[in-house]
This record gives sequence, C-alpha cells and structure tokens, in this order.
Amino acid sequence: MLESILITVATAATPLLIAAIGELVVERSGVLNLGVEGMMIMGAITGFAVALTTGSPWLGIFAAIIVGALVSLLFGFLTLTLVTNQVATGLALTLFGLGLSGMIGESFVGRPGIRLGTLDIPVLGDLPLVGRLIFGQDPLFYISIMLTAAVAYFLFSTRAGLMLRAVGDNHVSAHAQGIKVVRIRYLAVMFGGACAGLAGAYLSLVYTPQWVENMTAGRGWIALALVVFASWRPWRVVAGAYLFGGVTIGQLHAQAQALAIPSQLLSSLPYLATIAVLVIISRNRRLTMMNTPASLGRPFVPDR
Amino acid sequence: MRLELIKRPQQSPLFSALSPFLALGLTLIAGAIMFLALGKNPFSALYFFFIDPLLEVWSLHELAVKAAPLILIGVGLSICYLSNNWNIGAEGQFIVGAIAGSILPILFPAFQSWIVLPLMLLMGIAGGAAYGAVPAVLKARFGTNEILTSLMLVYVAQLFLDWLVRGPWRNPEGFNFPETRNFHSYAILPEMLPASGRAHWGFAFAIIAAILLWFMLARTLKGFEVKVIGQSPRAGRFAGFSRTRMIIFAFLVSGGLAGLAGISEVSGAIGQLRPSISPGYGFTAIIVAFLGRLNPLGIIAAGLVLALSYLGGEAAQISIGVTDKVARAFQGMLLFFVLACDTLIHYRIRLVKPAPALAAAPANERVEKHA
Repeated sequence: MLESILITVATAATPLLIAAIGELVVERSGVLNLGVEGMMIMGAITGFAVALTTGSPWLGIFAAIIVGALVSLLFGFLTLTLVTNQVATGLALTLFGLGLSGMIGESFVGRPGIRLGTLDIPVLGDLPLVGRLIFGQDPLFYISIMLTAAVAYFLFSTRAGLMLRAVGDNHVSAHAQGIKVVRIRYLAVMFGGACAGLAGAYLSLVYTPQWVENMTAGRGWIALALVVFASWRPWRVVAGAYLFGGVTIGQLHAQAQALAIPSQLLSSLPYLATIAVLVIISRNRRLTMMNTPASLGRPFVPDR
Repeated sequence: MRLELIKRPQQSPLFSALSPFLALGLTLIAGAIMFLALGKNPFSALYFFFIDPLLEVWSLHELAVKAAPLILIGVGLSICYLSNNWNIGAEGQFIVGAIAGSILPILFPAFQSWIVLPLMLLMGIAGGAAYGAVPAVLKARFGTNEILTSLMLVYVAQLFLDWLVRGPWRNPEGFNFPETRNFHSYAILPEMLPASGRAHWGFAFAIIAAILLWFMLARTLKGFEVKVIGQSPRAGRFAGFSRTRMIIFAFLVSGGLAGLAGISEVSGAIGQLRPSISPGYGFTAIIVAFLGRLNPLGIIAAGLVLALSYLGGEAAQISIGVTDKVARAFQGMLLFFVLACDTLIHYRIRLVKPAPALAAAPANERVEKHA
C-alpha cells in the first residue's frame, strides 16, 4: 500500500520536475517564459497523437520534445529578437498552446492511449520495499533525476553554465564581456521548451494515457511556482516537485476514501498549497532577492 | 540575414495607431494558411468566420452578449497592466462575482422585488473585487508573485463553483442535473431590445465602464498615477504615489469589473449557475486588453473583434465543419501578432545582411582578447 502510494507520488512529481527544471534554466538566463503550460499541453497532444499513430511511445516522446522546443522558439523570436514584453508573450504562448492543442486533439478525444511501460530490472526490482520504488519506475523517472543532476552540474560546474548565469544576472556586463547574450538565451528558451514538451508527453503517455482537453490543468503554472519555491536551485526543485506530488496523490487518496470533504475542495488543495508556498517563500525577501536572477524578465537590446 | 532593432527617438504615432490593424491582418493571413492546411477553402472559411455573423440582426445581438464580458474585464485589466500589476486571474474573479451575485435568487428565491437585481449586481462587483484583493494583498504585503497566485485562484474558483452547483446549490426540482434553480424574473438582467434579440444591459455596462475608465486615465490625477507607477516606479515614488495602494486599487477595479461581468453573464445570458459559465472570457480578455492597446476605448473595439471570433468559431463549425476550437487558436495567434507589431512603435526593424556582421567581427575578437 505505502509502496504503491510512493510510486504514484513519483508519477505525479516527475512531470512537474521536468518542466520546472527546464524553466529554471530559462530563468537563470534571465528570461521569464510564462508559456510553460502552453508548451506542456502541446507536448501532451503531440506525444499522444504520434504514439497512437506510430504505435511507439518513444517516438511520441521524441516528437513532443521537438514540438516543445519549436513552440518555445516562437516565444524566443518575439521576446529576444523583437523584445516584446515577456510576461504578455508567455501568456500568449499559453493561450495559443491551449487553443491549438484543443484543435489538433479534437479527433483524439476518448481514444485509448498507449502507456510507456515501466523499467523492470530483474533482480533489484524484487527487493522488498525499495525494489519497485527505486528500480521499477518508468524510464522518464530516471531521466528526470539525471536531468536535474546534469542541469545542476552544468550551471555550477561548467564554463557555459557560468556564462548562462552571467547573462541572467547582468546582461549588459555579459554583453560587454563578449558573451552572445541573445544566442545563449535562445538556447536556454529552447531547452525549457523541450523539457516542457517532454513533461507534457509524460502526462499523456504515463500519468494518464489519454487525451483530454486542458489536461495539464495548471501543472505548467505550478512548475513556474516551483522554480520560485526552489529559489532557482535545481535540487530544491526535486524537493518541491515531490512535495506537490505528495499533495496531489494525498488528496486523490482522500477522495477515494469517500470522506465527508467534497472532492472539489480536495482537488483545489494543490493550487492552494502553491499559493501558501509562494507566500511563505516571498515573506523572506532577502532570500528571494539574493537568488532571483537580476535580469529576469528585463528586455535586452544589444547596442552596436 | 538577421533582424536588428533600432530604437526610435520617440514612439511612432503612425504605428501606435496602425499596429492593431497590422496584427489583425497578419492573423487573417495566418488563419487562411491554417484553413488551407485543414483542407478547407480559406476564403469561404474566413467569410463564415468573420463576415457571416455580422449579416443578421440576431447574431449582432449575440455579438453584444459575448463582447460585454470581454470589454468589462478587458478595461479592468488595462488598469492593472498599465500600472504593472499582472492580474491574469480575471476568470476566477468573473466566477466568484457570478457566485456572489447569485446568492439572492438561489438561496432566497422568495425574496422578489425590484431591488433584487441592483443588489445582485453590487454583490457581484463586491465578490469579484474581494477575490481580486487576495493576490493584491499578498503582493502588497509579502511581495508574492501576483501572476501565479491570481492564476491559481482561477482553478480554486472553478472547483468551488463545480461543488456548489453539484452540491448545496443544486436545483431541488432539477432531476439531479448539476445546475442551480432558474433565476426568478426579478433577478434577470433585461434585454435591451427584446424584440430583435438577446443582447442584455451588460453590454451597456461595458460601454459605460470603458468610457468612465477612459476618462479616468486620460483626464484625472488617478489616471496619471496609474501610468507613472507603471512606467517608472521610481518617478512614482518621488511624486508621492504609493505603489502598495496602487496594487490594491488596480486589483479591486479589475476584480470588481470582472465580477460585474460574471453576474451580468449569469443573470443576463444564462439565467442560472452551471458547472461552467464562461468559455474562457477572463483569459480572452487579456488579448482584448492588449489588442485595444490598453486604451479603454480601443478595448471596446477589440472586445467586439474577439467576440466575433467566438461567434465565427460556432458559425464555421456549423457551415464548413471545422471545430470551434479553431477560435481559441486564432485568439492566441492574434496576441502574438499584436505584441510583435507593438515592437514597431518603439523600434525600427532592419534586416542586416551577413556582410556588415563580418566587418564587426574583428571588434568582437578584440574584446575577447582583452577578456
């Protein structure tokens, strides 16, 4: 019982983690992309549709990553090349993604999907208690952890990561140093888009293998909140994602117990928890100020 | 080939006026391409989408019904966005306004008097404003990001409405359908011209609100304060304007107007509460606000355009068999083009061929050597 609950917590947390890690890199480069929800839903429909038509969930995941990156490029072109307002453009991306995915997905509503199988490692998977928990998850669970480790290493232990953080902290100085601010931001935005696409595909291929309009249900926004919660540090995103996975699964189990509490009020818990967490974090202003990339959301036009 | 932006010495008045039209034109072209990709004749598709709904009186009424909430919410949002407060939870404020305004006809159906409707409208405004105050107070007090909190509250409001209409507020004589009792006649917002169609007084509220807010922005100190704080918080501080008070003010105004939109929609167009009372008006109104260039009078026109896209979606579904979801994709695309065209107001765009970039290369190398 406990084991299966913990496994489902991981499936609820993994898409949040993947999307948030992508957005963390974007924000570290000084760009605020509020379009995570839109890129995620595009990934969800792409993954679902490609997996269903080709029969291969892996092709679906691959296509979702590509589409996520392509859609984010739209955002990148507007905010980085045409220096439009990042908040408004991110919203546009979300609205566009939700609309377009609904349109594409019309013919996929109600069709049974394909589930990406779990990884069953023979001997280790049979270990008591931790066996399935650590060695019997779906492959993307492992990818999400590796992704976090890779991003943490990249940001804090490589020269390119340092450059990316420099761009996010002070784009004028970085530009004066000869760092290609816009190019680095384009790459970061595309990485974020790819991650959001992957996270979306996770929803439609692992979490609930089907297509429902608006199926991301605010997870893209929760991922954005997680980045703030984690004060832009990769491993703290893992903690946040699992906390939210726990709340989500906890309220689902409470609903299954048929308690006297109405299911809708339980369903609103993850959203209320997000607000509560944001308030707690932002109360500590010094901490937030210290960690927020200083150029976050600010437009940059290179002077030539 | 590369795009380069050159800052204009001042804003271009030409493109300030032209950019929304440019954006609409580009959206139509992109829409034509999209229909072509769907295997439809783009000309007849665009005709059914944007012209056909304008040819009959009843459907002009429908246009007003859809435009009313979009304009009401959009003008409120313009105050928020001009003052740099990113309220994106108008959908939630719309829903809570509708719920608060419906308390009298649903819980006290026996209370029937001419005073019911004005009270409902006031309670709707109060409900929306109170719900808008939540992210505002959190931002003013703790510095919590209002974008995320206002959006999270949308989901909470939707779930709360769902619970109400399936649970405590369900119509006792309604055969278990998830809807409340129908409003009695004193609780119905009347139609403006009942002989010809459904348009209710909510549309008049929208026009009045837009004119009032236009006057406030263009002619009063408060309007000046909104714009100063939005453009330069520092200058606002020197002028003695309070940023905190402006946060609360902007959210109360936009929340209240969204609440008014909610109760007008419910009592004017629907006549009861249901699990879903809005096809995303609160989000579409964000596009309306930007298409109207955050000017309340422009927002009236923009609201009509986006209302037309809703109607067009329905019309195109019936006549040429494309899904009405096309409308939402259209709307998102429109916002992209609006934002892109607004760049032309502040910048000239120049295409740079690779040659001058090569000439610049040695300079770059020099910098790198120094580093």
